[in-house]
Amino acid sequence: MKNLKIALVGQPNVGKSMLINAISNSRLRVGNFSGVTVEKAEVSFDFHNHSIRIIDLPGTYSLNDYTQDEKVTKDFLENEEYDMIINVVDATSLERNLFLTTQLLGLNKKMIVALNMMDEAKKEGICIDEEQLSSILGTPCVKVSAVTKKGIGKLVNRTVDMSSFEQESSKLVFSDTVEEEIENIVNFLVEKKYKKDVSYRDLAIKLLEEEPRTYKKMHDEPIWIELLPIIREALNHLYIHYDTKDIEEIFSEEKAAFAKGAVMETVEFKKDIKKSITEKIDSVLLHKFFGIPIFLFFMWGLFQLTFEVGSIPMDWIDAFFTSLGDYAKTIFGDGELGSLVADGAIAGVGAVVLFLPNIMILFFGIALLETTGYMSRVAFLLDGFFHKFGLHGKSFIPLVTGFGCSVPAYMSARTLKNDKDRLITLFIIGFMSCGAKLPVYVLFAGAFFGAQSAGNVLFIIYIVGAMFGLIAAKVLKVLVFKGKDEPFVMEMPKYRMPSLKLLWHTVTTKSIMYLKKAGTFILAASIFIWFASNYPKYPLIEAEFETKIEMVQSADKKSELSNELTHKLLEKSYLGIIGKSTEPFFAPLGFDWRLTVALETGLAAKEIVVSTLGVLYSLGEDVTEESGGLIDAIKKNIPFPAAVSFILFIMIYLPCFAASIVFAKESGSYKYLGYLFVFTTGVAWMISFIGYNITKLIM
Amino acid sequence: MFTLADLKENEKATVLKVRAEAELKQRLASLGLRKNSTIKIKALSLTKSTIEVEIGTSMIALRFDEAKEIEVQTV
Repeated sequence: MKNLKIALVGQPNVGKSMLINAISNSRLRVGNFSGVTVEKAEVSFDFHNHSIRIIDLPGTYSLNDYTQDEKVTKDFLENEEYDMIINVVDATSLERNLFLTTQLLGLNKKMIVALNMMDEAKKEGICIDEEQLSSILGTPCVKVSAVTKKGIGKLVNRTVDMSSFEQESSKLVFSDTVEEEIENIVNFLVEKKYKKDVSYRDLAIKLLEEEPRTYKKMHDEPIWIELLPIIREALNHLYIHYDTKDIEEIFSEEKAAFAKGAVMETVEFKKDIKKSITEKIDSVLLHKFFGIPIFLFFMWGLFQLTFEVGSIPMDWIDAFFTSLGDYAKTIFGDGELGSLVADGAIAGVGAVVLFLPNIMILFFGIALLETTGYMSRVAFLLDGFFHKFGLHGKSFIPLVTGFGCSVPAYMSARTLKNDKDRLITLFIIGFMSCGAKLPVYVLFAGAFFGAQSAGNVLFIIYIVGAMFGLIAAKVLKVLVFKGKDEPFVMEMPKYRMPSLKLLWHTVTTKSIMYLKKAGTFILAASIFIWFASNYPKYPLIEAEFETKIEMVQSADKKSELSNELTHKLLEKSYLGIIGKSTEPFFAPLGFDWRLTVALETGLAAKEIVVSTLGVLYSLGEDVTEESGGLIDAIKKNIPFPAAVSFILFIMIYLPCFAASIVFAKESGSYKYLGYLFVFTTGVAWMISFIGYNITKLIM
Repeated sequence: MFTLADLKENEKATVLKVRAEAELKQRLASLGLRKNSTIKIKALSLTKSTIEVEIGTSMIALRFDEAKEIEVQTV
């Protein structure tokens, strides 16, 4: 078995992740906007006696450290050990893509170029002579399509073949002016019979490019004294010829010219370029006046769909878990065990699983937004608006991702170059209500507004949260993170039909993760909450009430008394004690101890808020009455102003434990996590307080 | 002297000079926006704060402030 470590490099939106999927049938996510792959992702598989490991590096337009994720790519390529590079290029936008290729050629590694998206190129009438291109670049080029899987086998074969051949020197050719200077240096090295493991030409190029590491090495060589004047003169010639002293600019122009030349010699455009579909769609979606309303309409539609369609299977799930709980009680009895299983485990997990349909629809919507290329358009539309609030148009991407889950949102903030922009964005991602907060909203919106307007309420909740986020951003920008703005430069990728398989894949992966969480973490938390709410036991009080119940005759009185008993016991349980002791903090917001406990357990994860409420209210519920589900219990037990204030608090405070850890990692310090906790809790408290009192006044 | 910011929708131009800082200049160059490249304005946002520019086969978005630093000549 031979080990083969391959780096997969390409510009953003060229279909790298999809290609790696096609090669290995792996389960990676694919996106159509910059910043999907922010971490290196890896797949390994065996092929023809080779153990192949492919590292998918974040997309980069060129080898620089403009943004953090691009730095990941550059650092990897320059410092890590690997056998070869697969450079993925978008065949429909070859010239721009080859610019990166020319830079990769300078790394002097074995390389293969994958001309991806050939299916699209064919449709657009683009013909590429890959043999010719291979000989110009000096590396093999293979036509592939990650979508149709055409050419994938050939690509893998060529890659493996290549690994056993000696590496060829790069064939990058510059303009006559530069070539002349290279030749001068090479000639001098030949004359001096200078011994070196790299070729003279490569060395000469590196010297002219002012590559720092080469200089450091050469500096200690005796030849350096004589070499220096030659280089100085060569550079002077270039400065005069190009009318600039920016050597980077000179070489980037050279490489661009090389890429252009390569495209001119190998690519043929057969059709006249008509107005492309992308342009047609853009003329509507980026419309001066309608662009933003269209976007808002899409978002509104998504939330309507989330509630309307999501609520259909909700009733079934609810009924299923209620009857499952009843059934459990028939097996385990009405005693402790039965209560543990039915009121603890099943009620808690059921309350979370209930919202699976809503979560699926929301994730579907976000995946659609990501994979079609619309996300970048929205960044374009909103940049002007965002800029006023001290945010960057690109902040939109982490912020929208935040509607799904804060964890990837924090990670995708890496595409922001400027540290201050990034920190502001990180601080307000929590204001974008994540998928786990959705169950709480759906529960309360359903309980207090009824099915007709719940979708609208949901939309308003999300918009209001986002508005608070923008205001918070402005405050942070003015008071804390002052400084220069990052320039806004962003590629607008082509619109692409998302593959259904991919969407399905994204949604199911997310759903399985959600269910897994419900089955493990939330199950454990539910059982814990059940214990905390059932213990310690008070046999004296129970006995006292039982005698009282036996004394009275009417059924009404009996149930009233047993209700009183459960309430009393709940209040005296561990959970009740915790809730009661912290209740004063939240009393001005209208929360009783049960809501207080729900908030506190919600620090671990927002799904637990619902399951806590599920456990607390299913225990406290009138035992003789037919169980009407959690929604009715909420409606009956929580006054409207308190509900408003509760939603406002949930909207703003810390997302969850996992997200907090990621936040600390991405912001670079636990100090910031402390700030975030104080900041969000403080803001949440104030806004809830205001919301509570206003609602009380209106009511 | 014209800059990219002076152009109207659907106007075409050639880039004469990019006056940005080295880093931004490199980023623009890697997206295809460099000296001598031909560009076309595709869309302007309502408040004219952002501009969509077509360069060759790709499309990029710029802020007005950055566009002011790019000298162009209309064709």
